Amino acid sequence: MLIRLFSIVSLLWAPLAPAGLVDPFRVHEFTLSNGIRLFVREDHRAPVAILQVWYKVGSADESPGLTGISHVLEHMMFKGTERYPGNRFFELIDANGGEENAFTSRDYTVYYELLEQGRLEIAFELEADRMRNLLMREADFEKERRVVMEERRMRTEDRPEALALETLYALAFDNVPYGHPIIGWMGDLEGLTLPDLKDWYARWYSPANARLVVVGDVDPAAIRALAEKHFGRVPAHRPPQRRVVAAVPPRGPRRAVVRAPARLPYLVMGYRTPSLGQGEDDAEPYVLDVISNLLDGGQSARLARRLVRGAEVAASAGTGYNTYGRYDGLFLIDGVPAEGHGVAELEQALLGEIRALREAPVDPDELERVKAQVVAAEIYSRDSISRQASLIGAAETIGLGWRVLNEYVARIQAVTPEQVQAVARKYLVPERRSVVVVEPLPIGGPARPVQAAAGAGEAVR
Amino acid sequence: MIRLLRWVLCVVGLHGALASAAPKIQHWVTEEGLRVYFSPAHELPLLDVNLAFDAGSARDGDHPGLARLTGGMLDEGAGGLDADAIAAAFDGVGATYSASVGRDMAQFSLRTLADAAFSGPALDTFLTVLTRPDFPEGSLARMKRQTLVALEEEKQRPGAVASKAFYRALYGGHPYASPVLGTERSVARITRAEVRGFYRRYYGARNAVLAIVGDLDRAAAERLAARFSRGLAPGERAPALPPVPKIEGAKTIRIPFPSTQAHVFIGQPAVARGDPQWPTLYLGNHILGGGGFSARLVKAVRVERGLSYSVYSAFSPLRAKGPFFIGLQTRTDQARQAVGVAREVLRGFMRDGPTERELEAARDNITGGWPLRFDSNAERIAYLAVIGFYGLPLDYLETFPKRIEAVTVADIRQAFAGHLDLDRMVTVIVGGRAE
Repeated sequence: MLIRLFSIVSLLWAPLAPAGLVDPFRVHEFTLSNGIRLFVREDHRAPVAILQVWYKVGSADESPGLTGISHVLEHMMFKGTERYPGNRFFELIDANGGEENAFTSRDYTVYYELLEQGRLEIAFELEADRMRNLLMREADFEKERRVVMEERRMRTEDRPEALALETLYALAFDNVPYGHPIIGWMGDLEGLTLPDLKDWYARWYSPANARLVVVGDVDPAAIRALAEKHFGRVPAHRPPQRRVVAAVPPRGPRRAVVRAPARLPYLVMGYRTPSLGQGEDDAEPYVLDVISNLLDGGQSARLARRLVRGAEVAASAGTGYNTYGRYDGLFLIDGVPAEGHGVAELEQALLGEIRALREAPVDPDELERVKAQVVAAEIYSRDSISRQASLIGAAETIGLGWRVLNEYVARIQAVTPEQVQAVARKYLVPERRSVVVVEPLPIGGPARPVQAAAGAGEAVR
Repeated sequence: MIRLLRWVLCVVGLHGALASAAPKIQHWVTEEGLRVYFSPAHELPLLDVNLAFDAGSARDGDHPGLARLTGGMLDEGAGGLDADAIAAAFDGVGATYSASVGRDMAQFSLRTLADAAFSGPALDTFLTVLTRPDFPEGSLARMKRQTLVALEEEKQRPGAVASKAFYRALYGGHPYASPVLGTERSVARITRAEVRGFYRRYYGARNAVLAIVGDLDRAAAERLAARFSRGLAPGERAPALPPVPKIEGAKTIRIPFPSTQAHVFIGQPAVARGDPQWPTLYLGNHILGGGGFSARLVKAVRVERGLSYSVYSAFSPLRAKGPFFIGLQTRTDQARQAVGVAREVLRGFMRDGPTERELEAARDNITGGWPLRFDSNAERIAYLAVIGFYGLPLDYLETFPKRIEAVTVADIRQAFAGHLDLDRMVTVIVGGRAE
């Protein structure tokens, strides 16, 4: 199969590009009687399989006062049903040698079980049961709310870079509901009630709003039968209506300062940029992906080469960009100044790199290097069944369809130096920019000028 | 309930079949003394290579931070190529290079496409970096400055502050006490001659273990190993580390920090790699605090009291006795309560051991989930590196679940009593105001 594909595909692209080695996604698609959609991909390398259940609800669906509710509900989903009360969920998955967890993002909430392939049925049974039958008890809720508040303290309150990123999102978005944190504001967590959660659950957890993804050593027909047996009996439910939010035009630049106990200054900036499926030209997200790699794709990329090693104005610097999203998102750039340099110098240096992208087309060799890396990374991603399932689930939940995954390499390969320049000129502009700087407050001892990866793909567990 | 019973039967019935899923590991030693561990994987067009030297921070001697700086310097210049040229050579063929230095090991890994058009140049560059490093003076000066920034960054993370204080308290004068990053004083003084000297002393073929996983056959793996083996100086194996001294008595270290949470570590030096009771300790810890939501610590601290998002316990076996630790974070005013609960759980577990039911559940979880541990090339090569570096048996991945099945409640109680001493526990609490 691989050989045949190689011979076809290699005709289309430069001979050196390894695109033909990318094993395309072949996904079996099913729709169950109650409307749940099921996506199965075979990967027979090891006798294991993963089930992921994707609900199209995330922090972007939350309104003021209810921020963090999607993530709190994710926690409550492990608190039992009538049939499997208390800790039974964990006990059953554990007894079968499984790994289970969940994560919430701005766009979706995902639950998964990774198991030896012959034991996958228990995951179907438990996930189907908790799609509609969750017991939410006041005592569990009170404790779990405290757990989530500890989680917020750990992830955000005591981390200056996380506070800066949270502030950046709040600063950059006007009406698009990406402005509040996935984990929620502390005050909103305090104000949440059990009826709020029950409402949220009833509204969003239903067959029509869910997608099932299975990847692993499985037979698609058998998985379909399993899905029908367990999920088929979950009653259909009218899909929730969503309002379409048209983004307010950006009128930046905007700035904010976060003062927090820290030893190092830190800077993060974000440009409002389109996501795949949302923008006017669907080539643009791929070009932004390439730009992100030009700046921060490995040690030969511009930020490492010019700012960390060359000018040594940054101790570290990075970018982050999410290709898929329900709304337009942020192209992130962050950094920590090197010893002897201030955050203002770092900012000028980062802006200089952005300007360079706008002013001159990228050298074709440099672009080829980025493309080789992107294609190789795509091949490497096939080493993980979880990663494969996540790609399918995200593409489907965002509404792009899994076939978009197979376009990825060709779309990246097609990016030209002129497009890079045009997209930089259109989106990496002051009007779209928001900047947040951390001003260190003393911890003890004199503060001076880290390492922080930009968090475009952030999710909260 | 009938359905449940069937699953339980299913679990029992599958044990035998699972162990065979473990990758077969081939092992040989080259003429020059390089130990090689190889596992072919032809399903994906990938090649992973990992070269590990006994050159971790335990070898820092009087220069804390020297091992890490040496490891980080290899791709800064080699064979006349500068850092930019090396980076471009890896990136240009889509290869990823990484270096990491811990207490025992300095590890260098490469992931590349297996096709010779890509793996050829990637491996050439990787070999150049490992066998002919130039240690450019300018790069060293920059890396030292970057290390100082990293040390500052550690100081703003209460968890990192706690971890450092914990290792210092556990290991006193032992090499494991030396912080991997080093200290401001030591890093500022490290010279190029010292870095070169460290490389010459520890980066020899006899002091290294090469692991290879991917789409190549034995002959190709042997040729590859021979290139590494001849490229490196023969060198000598590093001497044995000194034994870890016993902690004198229980102690609690409180460090004030302007954070909303206190970060807590409780533990002591406990177990070395290759310990015959390792499966017993591993299984016991799974029940105590290693096995997710069913673990006792998680139930007591998180599920029942809502005190912490993350709470766990672990044994971290090293060449010499590595630590056992309980870790948690909680709002500063709850720290005393959380520490009390954690200590009580540990005390109860050491006294009574697990219940039969807990033992059975943990056993099922570990053995039933065994194939999940090595279902990717990335996981396989990590196992090969550890098996090779610590000289574990080649059939380790096959026998481990069988050894887990044989463990009894009494074994766990006895192994914990033999490896942990409640009267010598160190507790570190970072966060809150000074008392």
